Amino acid sequence: MLGALAVAVLVLIGAMLVTVLIKAWPSFSHNGLSWFGPGGDVDTQIRAMAESKPLPGHSLYYFRGWPLIWGTLLTTVLAVLIALVVSMLAAIFLTEFAPPAVRRVLDPVIRLLAGVPSVIYGLIGILVIARYIDNHWISNARRASVNYVVQLNGNDVMTATLILTLMILPIMVAITASALASVPGAWREGSLALGVNRWRTVWRVSLRTARPAIAAATVLATARALGEAVMLAMVSGGRGFAPNLLDGVTALFEPVRPLAATIFQNHEGLTIPVLAHTIYAMAAVLLVSAGMLSFAAWFAKQRFNRYGIRA
Amino acid sequence: MAATELAPAPPSGSVIARAPRERTSAWPLIDRIGYYMCWAVGIGLCLIALAIVLFMFVKGISYLRPSLLLHSPAPSVVQSQSGGFLDPIEGTLLVAAIGTVLAAPLGVAIAAWLSEYRRPAWLARAVESAIEIISGAPSVVLALFGLLIFAQSFLGFLSQRAATGAVYGRSFFAAGAVMSVLALPLIVSSAREGFAQLPDRLREASYALGRTRATTIRRVLLPAIRPDIATGTALGMGRIVGDTAIITILLGAGLTIQPVGHTPVSSLLRGTGPTLTSYVYENSPAGEGLAPQKAYAAAFVLLLIVLALNAFVTWLTNRGAQPRERGRAYRLLRFEWIPWTR
Repeated sequence: MLGALAVAVLVLIGAMLVTVLIKAWPSFSHNGLSWFGPGGDVDTQIRAMAESKPLPGHSLYYFRGWPLIWGTLLTTVLAVLIALVVSMLAAIFLTEFAPPAVRRVLDPVIRLLAGVPSVIYGLIGILVIARYIDNHWISNARRASVNYVVQLNGNDVMTATLILTLMILPIMVAITASALASVPGAWREGSLALGVNRWRTVWRVSLRTARPAIAAATVLATARALGEAVMLAMVSGGRGFAPNLLDGVTALFEPVRPLAATIFQNHEGLTIPVLAHTIYAMAAVLLVSAGMLSFAAWFAKQRFNRYGIRA
Repeated sequence: MAATELAPAPPSGSVIARAPRERTSAWPLIDRIGYYMCWAVGIGLCLIALAIVLFMFVKGISYLRPSLLLHSPAPSVVQSQSGGFLDPIEGTLLVAAIGTVLAAPLGVAIAAWLSEYRRPAWLARAVESAIEIISGAPSVVLALFGLLIFAQSFLGFLSQRAATGAVYGRSFFAAGAVMSVLALPLIVSSAREGFAQLPDRLREASYALGRTRATTIRRVLLPAIRPDIATGTALGMGRIVGDTAIITILLGAGLTIQPVGHTPVSSLLRGTGPTLTSYVYENSPAGEGLAPQKAYAAAFVLLLIVLALNAFVTWLTNRGAQPRERGRAYRLLRFEWIPWTR
């Protein structure tokens, strides 16, 4: 009986993977690998599908997803890189240096940051941070320099990345901190007994032992960042634009809209078959990457288990 | 300054002798920088959380009126006529209830099978990976899949049927069912943790009394892991209450609860409506409402619900756990119930 339930869940998940891929296939087969490449404005292509008016010289399925994929990569990689450094420091602080009183405060704080719904993060992002950046950080010269391609209004890479960092930080701190705490005390004491100071002990012994766990944390946080839709849809400004790194710092102030946010903003189009296939294709890209990341995290954890430490 | 530097060191008896590595001032500069950065990050995180909570409280309290909680939203450009968010609160409670009712028994059953039976082993491994995949899957993707399923014509009785016979696929039941998938991994892993921590003698004693494995699970093991199940369920509810993507895709962006048909319960289950998350989204500048005050007030209520669930989980785990906050023995176990870390 219980086994049957478990099998039912397994079948459901299998069905999900298969259906999403099947529904996505027409979009991929019409565009080939160019689906992932650059070419034209994504929003125009989506609108063409929504109105069933193919763009001149192209089939109705014509779609070039690079701006969205680039947006996903940019926000995810930036957020994960910042969160990696910050979470390592926070985890070291939490397990090593924080006095018990501070630890008792920090512990619920991390859980609180993990528990805040993404729509609230989005609300703060769009009403506070985006406005602040718009008013204080974007100079008129900067606005004018890219005015011919895009308007800068604070709904940008910077806002998205900052909030995304805050959202994935708790996961990374939690995993890294439990890994640091589960490093055998004898290893650390051995290092301390040799006269190595506490910082170097953490750096050389604990952090090295916890490396696989940090890798797992990074991978899981990446999966979370990839899948974040609502917050990014709120702060993205509704424009599928690929920030141009050649613009230098200005790229940080250009709007961006990752894949998940695009799905979220275009879900009304699911009733239109061609657009639905395209949306499912985006979902398939997300699902496959998230699945691969889950597997990578599992793999990283296996390596940690080799030390005989369970984390 | 010079005087203090030149002053003779105090007699060694009067100070507590500490090893040089204990005093940060004796560390190499680079180590000290690291140490201070740790402090800065720790304090910074506290400040950020404090800022978020304080900001939401200030905004929430200044815009929240009791009448907002008691009135349905109404479509109006004028703030004073656009009503409150009674319907979104009801919607949130309804979706959370449906999701929990579906996910809790299923999650506990799967956890029981994974921990107590696990046969055949390859199937158990496959189910584990499936659960892992759901916990990593973006909720938009789950929502798309849910819409696909509930728009099948034989499931038309669960949502609305258009005059042409096409099935809408959007209803409270559909949203709740997809939400239960979101909550499932949390419940499964809490319950499994509970099963893993039960001593074997409990099972052996039950077997020795001639009970079958099924009876042992039902009568002995399940009552023993009740707190773990409650923890998992509360965590799952937290995720359900906070999710927006599934709501917007499977319930639409309507402002009020719209029942379908006239049968008391099923009309509600088949109907559509808003929840707090979709209400906040719609009233933010990203949606159409353009009523930030209402969005802030609703977000404040949402935050209160989430904080209450959080506090409930803390209370549950603290009640069972021994105070182990001394030194290294403090294992940060309580982090394990942050979603996604499992």
